[in-house]
Amino acid sequence: MKDQNKFTFSRRNFLRTSALASGGLLIGFNFLTSCEDAVAPPVDISKLNFKDFNAFIKIAENGYVTIFSPNPEIGQGVKTSMPMLIAEELDVPWEHVSIEQGALDTTNFSRQVAGGSQSIRFGWDALRQTGATAKQMLINAAAIKWNVDAASCSASEGIIKNANGDTLGYGDVVNEAAHLEVPENVTLKETKDYKIIGKDAINVDIKKIITGEPLFGLDYKVDGMLYASVLRPPAFGQILESFDASEAKALPGVIDVITIGEQARNYLNQDSFDPSAHWSVRLSKTDKVVVIGKTTWDVIKGKKALKATWKDDSTTENTKMHDDELVKILDGKNLDIRREDGNIKKAFTEADNVLERTYESPFLPHNCMEPMNFFADVTDEKIHLVGPVQTPEAAAKVVASLLNRNLEDVHVDMTRMGGGFGRRLYGDFVYEVAEIANKLKQPVKLISTREDDMSLGVYRPAIKYRIAASIKDKKVTGYHLKEAAINSNMYGLIPNFFPAGAIKNYKVESGNHQSNITTGAWRAPYTNFLAFAEQSFFDELAEACEKDPIQLRLDLLKNVTDGEDPKIQYSAKRMTDAIKLATKKSNWGNTKEGVHQGFSAYYSHNTHVAEVVDITLKNGLPMVEKVTVAVDCGIVVNPTGAKNQIEGGVIDGIGHAMYGNFSFENGKPQDVNFNTYRLIRMKETPIVHTYFVENDLSPTGLGEPGLPPAGGALANAIKAATGQILTKQPFVKSLIKHDADLKV
Amino acid sequence: MASYNLKINGKAVSVTVDEDTPLLWVLRDELNLVGTKFGCGIAQCGACTVHLDGTAIRSCSIPIASLEGANITTIEGLANDKLHPVQEAWKELDVPQCGYCQAGQIMTATSFLSQNPNPNNKEIRNAMNGNLCRCASYNRIEKAVALAAKKMS
Repeated sequence: MKDQNKFTFSRRNFLRTSALASGGLLIGFNFLTSCEDAVAPPVDISKLNFKDFNAFIKIAENGYVTIFSPNPEIGQGVKTSMPMLIAEELDVPWEHVSIEQGALDTTNFSRQVAGGSQSIRFGWDALRQTGATAKQMLINAAAIKWNVDAASCSASEGIIKNANGDTLGYGDVVNEAAHLEVPENVTLKETKDYKIIGKDAINVDIKKIITGEPLFGLDYKVDGMLYASVLRPPAFGQILESFDASEAKALPGVIDVITIGEQARNYLNQDSFDPSAHWSVRLSKTDKVVVIGKTTWDVIKGKKALKATWKDDSTTENTKMHDDELVKILDGKNLDIRREDGNIKKAFTEADNVLERTYESPFLPHNCMEPMNFFADVTDEKIHLVGPVQTPEAAAKVVASLLNRNLEDVHVDMTRMGGGFGRRLYGDFVYEVAEIANKLKQPVKLISTREDDMSLGVYRPAIKYRIAASIKDKKVTGYHLKEAAINSNMYGLIPNFFPAGAIKNYKVESGNHQSNITTGAWRAPYTNFLAFAEQSFFDELAEACEKDPIQLRLDLLKNVTDGEDPKIQYSAKRMTDAIKLATKKSNWGNTKEGVHQGFSAYYSHNTHVAEVVDITLKNGLPMVEKVTVAVDCGIVVNPTGAKNQIEGGVIDGIGHAMYGNFSFENGKPQDVNFNTYRLIRMKETPIVHTYFVENDLSPTGLGEPGLPPAGGALANAIKAATGQILTKQPFVKSLIKHDADLKV
Repeated sequence: MASYNLKINGKAVSVTVDEDTPLLWVLRDELNLVGTKFGCGIAQCGACTVHLDGTAIRSCSIPIASLEGANITTIEGLANDKLHPVQEAWKELDVPQCGYCQAGQIMTATSFLSQNPNPNNKEIRNAMNGNLCRCASYNRIEKAVALAAKKMS
């Protein structure tokens, strides 16, 4: 374990102070360079000013503190939890702290991203160090005022004390502190001394949320702002042929009808365009028709009045075709080997028996509750972008390139996001509104309807897994997993997740089918379905080995020595501890009559999670009653926020495993709104009980890891109750023919 | 375009809009009351819930022409000097994740509790079933409605 309390840092990397004209002290830090030792300062630090820093602390003369939170807030809670880390080491009462969203700095830095459950993990050292440094500067300033040795002074709760018993508030010395050298060595607190970390802190935006104050991208407006609604092709594979806007233009609220697409095409056709370097870009080459109006309703109506014809540009694909292609990949021999240990061929030949299953999942839309929207104002002087995007920096860079402008001209302000789930990693709507605003030269907001969002979005790709395992003397001796996915495969780390290392003969292979349907990351990318497949399969393996399902996992984990194989991502010890906690808290194996349990455990996004689902049967159909979750995410920074993430992730996982169904006919999505696309609702929701493994390890993220194990635990509970083995999501289609009957 | 007179959050207002304009867009675009959210536009998600004479309605699917003289309450009008007990409960239990659907959840809950001040869990689940929360903060919503009922009794 790393010693968390000793640390030396150089001011060149991330600190700068300044006296504020209004009184007070400003301390800035560069979140990126402070996270990664190897990153060199981007420019001469002495020439930087505060706009170059993407997070900072402002201390007023009255001692009150403002912390600018660096990362985008999508509901994962970092706008609350990241400032808690600063406030802890600064040692101020949490009630004296107010939080503001920091803006994007596009010039020098590059990691203001919400994604991968990494914000807290990366911020842990940097944010605490920043708080501690600011505190030391305030102490030093007080010591000078008192003419005593700073080492004889201490500070707590915003008050500095010396050996004589004199006290000064932080606000009393901020002006002096602003002129001092930044100390290079500070000591961080011991875990046991934490006053803020580990205590519940209510969402910092709670008041605005519950009283309806403007907060989200959709709420942002400026005087004279116009609205824009974009008509895109109805099917993947189609492009615009012609359109007739006469009826739309006749509507009183419609100001103009324009087309966009040329700049996107130029951008995509550049010689230097490298799709792998532009992973967040999802742009189509078609022209799009844009209705500009005075209000949202004007442009929604205007778009309905447009008449457009479309032509096929490439194949318009069907779900049946995707299924066939993916099966062909699984049946074929052209897969890429992702990890191979021992000799699975030999293990399978010598086995007493071999089990094999194929698991299938559909595409999934993200369906953030706040539909995609963005504001842009493009003038000769600058480009102002405001709204919800998980990758503001990438958005700024693409817009600069798209409009042939200097990156310095682009200013991005981030709003709170009505959900992300990966959808807002892709800035297609930002590029569209930039192209629109560039034509209009007037401030404009792009608005999407739910139909727009669901029908030409970015989806979790359809995936199939085929897993085979060999069993000899009631032990698992070999394991072979094949993945076939639309467009993209599991990323590099995943083949080293459990059970890699636990089974001697082990092989993971993958292949993909390129489709013109846009796909991308969806909460816990890839593992959101992989965990279901593997964790369901383990229950069958347990049965074949005549073992309790939990015991099988624990036995397999005994084969792993942490640290022996540096590629192995999970910790066998931490996974074992989480499993044992879930076993105990769920009362595994000792439930009331009529209650059936299913187990699943999974490591992802640096966090270990074990889950037990309890179901009952009503008219033969499963009612999900309770989920017991044990989580090892290291130190829990904000318990109320942490539990909220786990509760949400688990229910999300169960909801999509049960109901998430999305298909294509002739390139066209078959569901475009919530009347036919089913999301989990309150009546179908289990009560989630969350427990954390207690330790002093550095914290890891929680936005995603609760989700992957949920589907497998549910499938295993259904198997325990009815014997039915579920291999295909959504489960509801296998459980009954008419899923509407499943409603309680 | 025509003029319509309504009472919104206790104040008389007059708006001049197309007769088919849904109340949602009158509130958001004409009156700058952006607390009421757009989610689906077809009364399926509940993000746009407001009160018509105290009863929860879906503002995305009610045209302004049918609301002449109506008495509307939005999330902005729920608290007077202090927060409504439902808002208090939402805060106490730290309900929101992204927060986008919560105004609609709160408006459904307040209307429900005014009709059923002492609900059991099944009644709460039934009442709140029409409001989607994509972050799935359902457990806390359920607890907050029960807590608010207790606060109001």
